[in-house]
Amino acid sequence: MGARGFFRALAASKAGMIGAGLVALFVLLCAAAPLLPVPEPTQSNLRARLMPPTLSWDAIGAHPLGTDNIGRDMLSRILYGGQLTLAIGAAAVVLGGFVGVLLGILAGFRGGITDRILMRLVDIQLAFPLMLLALIVAAALGPSVRNLIIVLALTSWTRYARIVRGQTLALREREFVQSARAIAASPWRIMTRHILPNVMTPALVVATLELARVIILEAALSFLGLGVQPPWPSWGRMLAEGRTYMASAWWIAAFPGLAIMLTVLSVNLLGDWLRDYFDPKLR
Amino acid sequence: MSRFLAGRFGESALAVLGVVTIVFVVTRLLGDPAILMLPVGATPEQLASFRAELGIDRPLFTQYVDFLWDAARGDFGRSFQHNRAAFEVVLERMPATLQLAGSAIALGLIIGGGAGLIAAMNRGGVIEVFVMLLALLGQATPVFWLGLLLILFFAVDLGWFPTGGGGSFRHLVLPAVTLATFTSASIARLLRSSVIDVLREDYVRTARAKGLMPRTVVVWHIARNALIPVATMVGILAGELLGGSVVTETVFAWPGVGRVIVQAIEVKDFPVVQAGIMLIAITFVSINFVVDLLYGVLDPRIRLR
Repeated sequence: MGARGFFRALAASKAGMIGAGLVALFVLLCAAAPLLPVPEPTQSNLRARLMPPTLSWDAIGAHPLGTDNIGRDMLSRILYGGQLTLAIGAAAVVLGGFVGVLLGILAGFRGGITDRILMRLVDIQLAFPLMLLALIVAAALGPSVRNLIIVLALTSWTRYARIVRGQTLALREREFVQSARAIAASPWRIMTRHILPNVMTPALVVATLELARVIILEAALSFLGLGVQPPWPSWGRMLAEGRTYMASAWWIAAFPGLAIMLTVLSVNLLGDWLRDYFDPKLR
Repeated sequence: MSRFLAGRFGESALAVLGVVTIVFVVTRLLGDPAILMLPVGATPEQLASFRAELGIDRPLFTQYVDFLWDAARGDFGRSFQHNRAAFEVVLERMPATLQLAGSAIALGLIIGGGAGLIAAMNRGGVIEVFVMLLALLGQATPVFWLGLLLILFFAVDLGWFPTGGGGSFRHLVLPAVTLATFTSASIARLLRSSVIDVLREDYVRTARAKGLMPRTVVVWHIARNALIPVATMVGILAGELLGGSVVTETVFAWPGVGRVIVQAIEVKDFPVVQAGIMLIAITFVSINFVVDLLYGVLDPRIRLR
């Protein structure tokens, strides 16, 4: 399964290509926002309030996606909001993945009481609707970007832990791990050098699918006022702000929602394809 | 069977204990309730006396035991905004939430189940692509955004349904459809792949080979076996639904537990937040308990384990 085979398989799959292409496009556009000819996302212009979307580029200060209630450019807010949304999502997925992979390997490799305690913990957390867990932790910690990442990561680690544990259980019996044991490699060394590289692939698949889930959850929390605080735009936050103007200026809420939907859709397409490519059994 | 029951009951009880513990840990350790509940300018003396009043100046373990005891009796303290027992406040909102979540799951099973079955039976056709595309879209749409769009279109523009509130069937339609979208999409995707797996089984080929009517094969051989993974999924989806209902209820001003929780968070009415979250979590655990039993009915092999 070399890199070339990977890309050839990706090119052969329509869904995989669309997903990967759109994800790459969104990430590039959002990352390049400072280089694009758009105003600052927080720059308001009271004379250009609630301007509808327009396709005419010739007018000075044109706003292709319109402006919001205090005249901020929607396109710019979508792009910068995407930076924040994607960065929060990625940070949460990495943090949750780090904890989940670590504990998953530990549970699978150590077995016994460690395994039982950790897996019981996973079960208990899964007995708690994620949204409610996020809600109560966000409410207790108070809203901020850092807390949002912690909350999202907290809802996510269990999925990595389960799959990585299963993989580790299988790997533990494999010859290369047995040989490492035979030459008295320390458990730490076996876990980091022999098991970790072999569970990274399933963890990556989980991470992609989790990114989609976390983006939606972030939007919901921001919508409920427990996420990103103004004036910084995240897609969920923009949607919440646009709600008041839904009837008179549909574009304020419509575009961030569309952005979330397209991003989640393409991340899911990519994730599904990755899962099928690496291991159809993970379904 | 009775061993199976007892084991599942024990696990559910443990899950409830875990939930109580999480609520305790989150609300007592992560934030100081006194700082959260009192106004910003409160003096240290006021904070201290408030802590003593709440009993949170005592050792943690004592607090935990008391918390467990109170939770078991449904005593989460008095709500500040409603000035009566917090558990009462959330309990009377429960029927509305159950009505909404129940309608959504029924809609989800009918729409998603039908769509998944149709997609699997039309493998490789245009219908399958179309259904699966819709399902992907359904899974990617933020619940509250869909809710807002539906309100804008069907309530504001067309005026067919009220924009929010509860009390009648017409109030229920839009929130139920909103909440059912994600559920339908998930069920459709799962049932499709599960039916495709079952279609490959030997017993399906045997059933067809011995000349059973196609409908008999679909209902008794395919659907029954394909529903097993869906039954587990419904347990997981119940969590998504109960969580999603928090957002949906807020969007549609539906008078359920989720809305009460969000309102309580805004004014820092923590007893109500705790009582509401406990109530929903226990509902979720109970649903999963029932689903597990159902699982045993659908697949007798499970009971033997």
